[in-house]
Amino acid sequence: MIVGDRKPMDEILEMLEPYENILILGCGTCVTVCLSGGEREAAILAGQLRIWGKKEGKNLNIMEHTIQRQCEKEWVDEMRGHVEKADVVLSLACGVGVQLVAEMYEEKAIYPGLNTTFMGYPVVHGTWLENCRGCGNCVLAHTGGVCPITRCAKSLLNGPCGGSQDGKCEISKDTECAWQVIYERLKKKDQLDWMNSYQPPRDWSTAGDGGPRKSVKIEEVID
Amino acid sequence: MEADEATSTSEVPEEFRPRIVAYCCNYCAYAAADLAGSMRLSYPPDVKVIRLPCSGKVEISYLLKALEEGADGVMVAGCMEGDCHFMEGNFRAKRKVRHAKRLLEEIGFDSQRLEMFNLSSAMAGRFAEIILEMTERIKKLGPTPLRKGVKD
Ligand code: SF4
Ligand code: SF4
Repeated sequence: MIVGDRKPMDEILEMLEPYENILILGCGTCVTVCLSGGEREAAILAGQLRIWGKKEGKNLNIMEHTIQRQCEKEWVDEMRGHVEKADVVLSLACGVGVQLVAEMYEEKAIYPGLNTTFMGYPVVHGTWLENCRGCGNCVLAHTGGVCPITRCAKSLLNGPCGGSQDGKCEISKDTECAWQVIYERLKKKDQLDWMNSYQPPRDWSTAGDGGPRKSVKIEEVID
Repeated sequence: MEADEATSTSEVPEEFRPRIVAYCCNYCAYAAADLAGSMRLSYPPDVKVIRLPCSGKVEISYLLKALEEGADGVMVAGCMEGDCHFMEGNFRAKRKVRHAKRLLEEIGFDSQRLEMFNLSSAMAGRFAEIILEMTERIKKLGPTPLRKGVKD
């Protein structure tokens, strides 16, 4: 899923400073599951802002609403009535959602309430680990299902490097060496020969440095 | 939040009686409150007890809501640690209260107005004591700064 963290309160208050009718817009998918921008978090942030407003003697009208997905036009369109009542929308979706809301309500002030951080899964309740960067050319078949692009600090395809010690990466004792994990995984799968095969330099043109990438499912496109 | 009493409109300053909202677990604090009543133990009367199936059911947004609506203090009361009817609900409540305190501090609101307590269903005396403790604490802090404009 896409993971995010709520922005620092100072930043949120600065963004909302000129407005009185504020809509906190939650997203019911990824950011709900990663506990940062769903209905619950929208209610919490709205509560905080109401308390802050009363304390500061401001006359704020804080509204909350959560839609299933902010990254699909149909859902975003359905909340038109709520958006119209607000001077500003603080979206708690990932950056994708914020951008679509901004595109569909071009005249409205639409701000991000989260810092979108990465794609990952929870390793224990409350902790998420980044494990895919959407590089457009997946190598997981060779690496025991562990992504070296994301989880190796140097994105090595022929690891490990000399900094791998006691299973940890040299960047931090808290970070597993991805290539150690790959080695252990391949051993379990009886595929250790992959470790000795040489991976040639890869084609990075799919990885997104040349502007936004597009995915077209030709069979679905209505012309 | 509905108030349970008519407030005087006279200009004479009255003694400050903190309004406290107490989210109480059904299996301990709520039963203890009940027992305190049967035992005729006296404790400050301006407490609104809200029964929860488990203290772990409390949501951070409930705690904020009570403060937002003008409670002077909010407390959550769960079972003794290790004795939760649902294994670890009281630990969840503890984490939520701790986080809610951080969220309050973040917006410059005194987090001492919120507290978590643990007790068992037999501890009627302790229930009365906790209410007294919380009331004394809130008296020192004074009325909530959020009550202006809130209807009694
Ligand atoms: S807007 Fe972002 S967080 Fe919400 S469903 Fe779409 S991808 Fe997930
Ligand atoms: S190799 Fe690329 S697509 Fe595959 S998991 Fe890693 S970053 Fe994602």
